[in-house]
Amino acid sequence: MAIEANRKEYLRRLGGKKYFILGDEACAYGAIYAGCDFFAGYPITPATEIAELIALELPKAGGICIQMEDELASIAAIIGAAWTGARTMTATSGPGFSLMQENIGYAIMTETPCVIVNVQRSGPSTGQATKPAQGDVMQARWGTHGDHDIIALAPHSAQECLDLMLDCFNLADIYRTPVILLMDGEIGHIRESVTMPELSTITHAERKLAQPAEDIFGGPELVPGITHYGEGANVHVTGSTHLANGMRDVATPEVHDVLLRRIYRKIADNREQIVRTELDKDTDGKAKIGVIAYGAASRPAHGAVGRARNNGNAVDFLRLITIWPFARTQVVEFCRDLDVLLVPEMNLGQISREIERFVNCRVVSVSKIGGVPHTVEEILTAIEEAV
Amino acid sequence: MIIRFAGFGGQGIVLSSYVLGLSAALDGKKALQNQAYGSESRGGECRGDVIISDEEIYELEPLKYDVLVAMNQPAYEKFVPLIKPNGTLILDRDLVVADSAQEPEGITKHAISATDIAFKKFGRKIIANMVLLGYLNTLLNLVSEKALAEAIAKNVPRGTEELNQNACQHGIDLARQEMKV
Repeated sequence: MAIEANRKEYLRRLGGKKYFILGDEACAYGAIYAGCDFFAGYPITPATEIAELIALELPKAGGICIQMEDELASIAAIIGAAWTGARTMTATSGPGFSLMQENIGYAIMTETPCVIVNVQRSGPSTGQATKPAQGDVMQARWGTHGDHDIIALAPHSAQECLDLMLDCFNLADIYRTPVILLMDGEIGHIRESVTMPELSTITHAERKLAQPAEDIFGGPELVPGITHYGEGANVHVTGSTHLANGMRDVATPEVHDVLLRRIYRKIADNREQIVRTELDKDTDGKAKIGVIAYGAASRPAHGAVGRARNNGNAVDFLRLITIWPFARTQVVEFCRDLDVLLVPEMNLGQISREIERFVNCRVVSVSKIGGVPHTVEEILTAIEEAV
Repeated sequence: MIIRFAGFGGQGIVLSSYVLGLSAALDGKKALQNQAYGSESRGGECRGDVIISDEEIYELEPLKYDVLVAMNQPAYEKFVPLIKPNGTLILDRDLVVADSAQEPEGITKHAISATDIAFKKFGRKIIANMVLLGYLNTLLNLVSEKALAEAIAKNVPRGTEELNQNACQHGIDLARQEMKV
């Protein structure tokens, strides 16, 4: 999508600057870079700083920020606004993310491009309220009911909170689907140096338009074009099973079968295009021990891998940037020659169990809960015990 | 280098850690700042951590510190055992009664009357944190004075820039005098 003049001006002034800011604040700047036109949200620790900065800065770039009465209204507002052609997002944490699940399903079924940021905190329920966790990994995957696939990304630094927002908005438009930025309270609440990208490096994916305009849920391709409200065509949008033109048909088995398989396949079949990982192979190429991590846990994990190598142990490291769809090809390849894989996570082993489904080596969950991230030493100890 | 500032909410603990982290970033170093953030912190325990390094920072919440700046008794008692061997303890002597028995062996201890200086010299107890910040920075040579001054100027309430800079400078001078002896 073309970037509008006032946003260009805003981003031109920002480009190249270095800020020492929270991961949350970097996420907010990322949204502005990504062309977010409309933000609706409700404050919750540790995500509030995203809304605070969006409220201050987004209007300067020509966007709209609205504080809603709760999280249900917030996600409903961004879905509605997306159908007017806007790039939309909300930001929340666990309890709010739970409230949003119903409408995340609605966005999946109506193929509405939008971005949901979940700055994960320790749950269930109010749990440790303000403390970080990575406990919503499976909720992001399966929180809403019914068969579906989902896209979720996890940043490991303040800089990446900005950078991945661009990917989130682009993926939402390319695949016409809600996309989740699965942050955590640790990365959201650390301050680090963040470089604001130059405007010339920014690209916004095109949101494909429907041809003909009424054919918004069908066609030969996996991702149908969209027709926005107010563009002159009759557009019907429903969370119930529907035909290519959006009209409801919940009685015909084939209609549901065709619709849902396509919605599922548009992500599943494009997994290799969507998935991003970061590999750090041991230089001798003979490692029998590997570590896979993501988000906050990947920082001390990577540090521990470096320390283990300094101590003479060959260890490989893989960071998942895309959490969903699951990087199964990359994970299988990574684990092919390993004896042991360690998976540090700030939960009780959610990705560790997902990995077990695909690999032959021994998988050891290095889980930590309680609102405090792993230390390098803790993960190093786990590596050395596995040697 | 891992530095923990700790004291009461309202003493400018988080600001001190933020200003130091920003200064390091302005100097082109890797820096990470983190703070205690919770409902239990209001009016009570408050802490701000800074990690400064020439290399990539992997540790997000270290368990041990190279430096503790303690601005009240509970913070001193809770965190002093977590100073690394050969680490540094800096106290506001007006607010903390030190007990050597609690302190790890081998640490270096410095105590200044930051609150007293802030009140008597500058008329504002609240800038004791800036006296400590200037003192700490010169003592341990963490960031450039230029970056520190810039970070303070950008982040203290408008109209108090000079006051805060002067308080910081006083801390710098104190450290210089001490180092000469």
